[in-house]
Amino acid sequence: MQFTLGSIFIKDVQFGPRTEVAGGTLFVNKGELEELLMQDEHLQSVTLEIAHPGDSIRIMPVKDVIEPRVKPELDSGIFPGMVSKMFTAGVGRTHVLKGSAVVTTGRIVGYQEGIIDMQGPGAELTPFSQLHNLVIVAEPAAAITPHQHEAALRKMGLRAANYLGQAARSLEPDETVTYELLPLHEYHRRYPDLPKIAYVYMLQSQGLLHDTYYYGVDVKNMVPTFMHPTEVMDGAIVSGNCVSACDKNTTYHHLNNPVIHDLLKRHGKDLCFVGCVITNENVTLLDKQRSSDLTAKLVEYLGVDGVIISEEGFGNPDTDLIMNCTKIERKGIKTVLITDEYAGRDGTSQSLADASPLADAIVSAGNANALITLPPMERVIGSLEPAEVIAGGFKGNRNADGSLTVELQAIIGATNELGFNRLTAREY
Amino acid sequence: MEQKRVVVYLNQFFGQIGGEDKADTPPQSTDKPVGPAVGLSALLPKNCTIVRTIICGDGYFNENLEEASAAVRQMLKELSPDVVVAGPAFNAGRYGMACGMVGKIAFELGIPAVSGMYPENPGVETYRPYLYIIETGNSAASMRTALPAMAKLAGKLANGEPIGAPAEEGYLSRGIRRNLFAEKRGSDRAIDMLLQKIKREDFTTEYPVPHFDRVEPAAAITDLSQATIALVTSGGIVPKGNPDRIEASSASRYGRYSIDGIDSLTPEAFQTAHGGYDPVYANENPNRVVPVDALRELEREGRIGKLFPYFYATVGNGTSVANARAYAQEIAAELVNEGVQAVILTST
Repeated sequence: MQFTLGSIFIKDVQFGPRTEVAGGTLFVNKGELEELLMQDEHLQSVTLEIAHPGDSIRIMPVKDVIEPRVKPELDSGIFPGMVSKMFTAGVGRTHVLKGSAVVTTGRIVGYQEGIIDMQGPGAELTPFSQLHNLVIVAEPAAAITPHQHEAALRKMGLRAANYLGQAARSLEPDETVTYELLPLHEYHRRYPDLPKIAYVYMLQSQGLLHDTYYYGVDVKNMVPTFMHPTEVMDGAIVSGNCVSACDKNTTYHHLNNPVIHDLLKRHGKDLCFVGCVITNENVTLLDKQRSSDLTAKLVEYLGVDGVIISEEGFGNPDTDLIMNCTKIERKGIKTVLITDEYAGRDGTSQSLADASPLADAIVSAGNANALITLPPMERVIGSLEPAEVIAGGFKGNRNADGSLTVELQAIIGATNELGFNRLTAREY
Repeated sequence: MEQKRVVVYLNQFFGQIGGEDKADTPPQSTDKPVGPAVGLSALLPKNCTIVRTIICGDGYFNENLEEASAAVRQMLKELSPDVVVAGPAFNAGRYGMACGMVGKIAFELGIPAVSGMYPENPGVETYRPYLYIIETGNSAASMRTALPAMAKLAGKLANGEPIGAPAEEGYLSRGIRRNLFAEKRGSDRAIDMLLQKIKREDFTTEYPVPHFDRVEPAAAITDLSQATIALVTSGGIVPKGNPDRIEASSASRYGRYSIDGIDSLTPEAFQTAHGGYDPVYANENPNRVVPVDALRELEREGRIGKLFPYFYATVGNGTSVANARAYAQEIAAELVNEGVQAVILTST
């Protein structure tokens, strides 16, 4: 099986009379998209805005970021089983509007939506400052519950991205990459001398606004399973959570999972990447034991020499991370963990809530408690009002000069545990 | 280059007052560099001058910690140096503790400090977050290597130059995690590390995991019907309006709230301040997190002696272990003082 990912490089996003790509600019028919999104009875209003890299704009509270994509061979959009008909993701061909994104904001759902600054020191910490963002400010209908509100915003963002993706349907990509997917034994046969690697992909599933979906299935109700690496590129995994902004995986992160992309890039060169095991991060001990036992079993079944394990969130999921690590290591399979740290604002506290001597190879995505002061921006899309209550904010963090002091925790994707960024921490 | 001021702290022995018989000498100071300060003076960058040497007996400092600290604090305030150099103390325990405390006093005044100690000196473990401690041998025989490293680091600190990692500068890890940008993104670094680990090559973890405390649970209570039970939560239940302003994440405080005469926590009177979970169900019925209603029932049935008339609450969401430990120590001390035999800890 093959999967071809074609990128169309987007250098600008503007409103225009028709939704189309012309000369590297994505034009968006504002009225048409607004009308489409307003078909959801859970929404009272939607407003579209545009934010470019370098603009003096702060977007908050951000719920999700989604990259527009389309499968030319399918009539419907991507995100199968969630907002589109079911199809097996990660085969065939997909076009991406690379350099653009849909960002969803509006009245806060939980406490854990975050900030995107398009310029200044905050912009250096989030990858989304580098994109041309179509921002949807959505206000929920009256009397809506937080759970309905979350679902409405989630689906709204995905539908908007699918709408934009249509503009890429018949375009000739600027760049294409083709991935070959083999039956498991073929990987072992074809690359006998390369180390066999698998990826254990932990998905946030603590529940109560901390959910992730695989083909529309709430992953707290699934057992660990195998996944082809390319499935994420068609939106098989969707973010539905309001966990702390810095280390939640937005849908954009899932679509562009860096562990998967970097393993595929090195596949056949210095390693052999045989596939992924996706697992969850549930809250009860029984669930944790079941998921980590079965994850270790599937990894052993793949016959690999080593795995990379990525976490999502912190605290409670640290226990899942360590259970996965110790059970896989005890089978004689090497592990490297990607996590971030909560070492306190001064950096002197223990970084993780759990540990094991077997967790001897860890990549750190940085200390999320570290403070940063974000200078005032000329324009705010969304609202500054939740600045004190979002995770990473605190009473009195809005300074007299208009600047805002927060922990990195409040910045979307700042300490992403898929290893999306270059940020790290070390001991001084 | 702007002139920078250096203050040195020495014990009675290196300060050339005397041996153990002079260990009870209270803090005093001299304008001239004394003992190791003479050697240090020659090694410091040209724009750094030792303006004062403070000398105190090790016995005095450790036995009169408050008085000695106050005297040193006063001197440092008046002198307002750009850097403080304390010791080196090598493996001398009392001297190391004094140097560490001097470093902490300087830290509180916003002045950087350097010392030199053998890794096992108790001053290292107690005071390492507050000052830079150059690693030395266990005796004064290593003075010759300790002083140049201390002088170099002190010069950098006085001049506000960036300080490198412990291995680069020769200081013992301070246990402070600081952010920086790596050359490669995390996913690529993880792959490099995994391949090194599989090939049994040397690799360096970016986060060395600590050894965790394992606390033995206290012995079970034999007669619950006589016991006073308290409720303590990290689930963030607070009186409506969150009077203590406990943060939704990374809590910097905890609260103690009366439940005297309260049969059940009502949504009108209590709420959660926690930002790490969907608050709907906790706000609907705060007993779901702090089960006052169930405990009252047990109290009426005589199955427990009584419910302690206060509950304690903080928010356990991104809250540092160091803060959590400090809250627990204070709460536990109060509960023990007030005759509580057991605690039900609820988390979320």
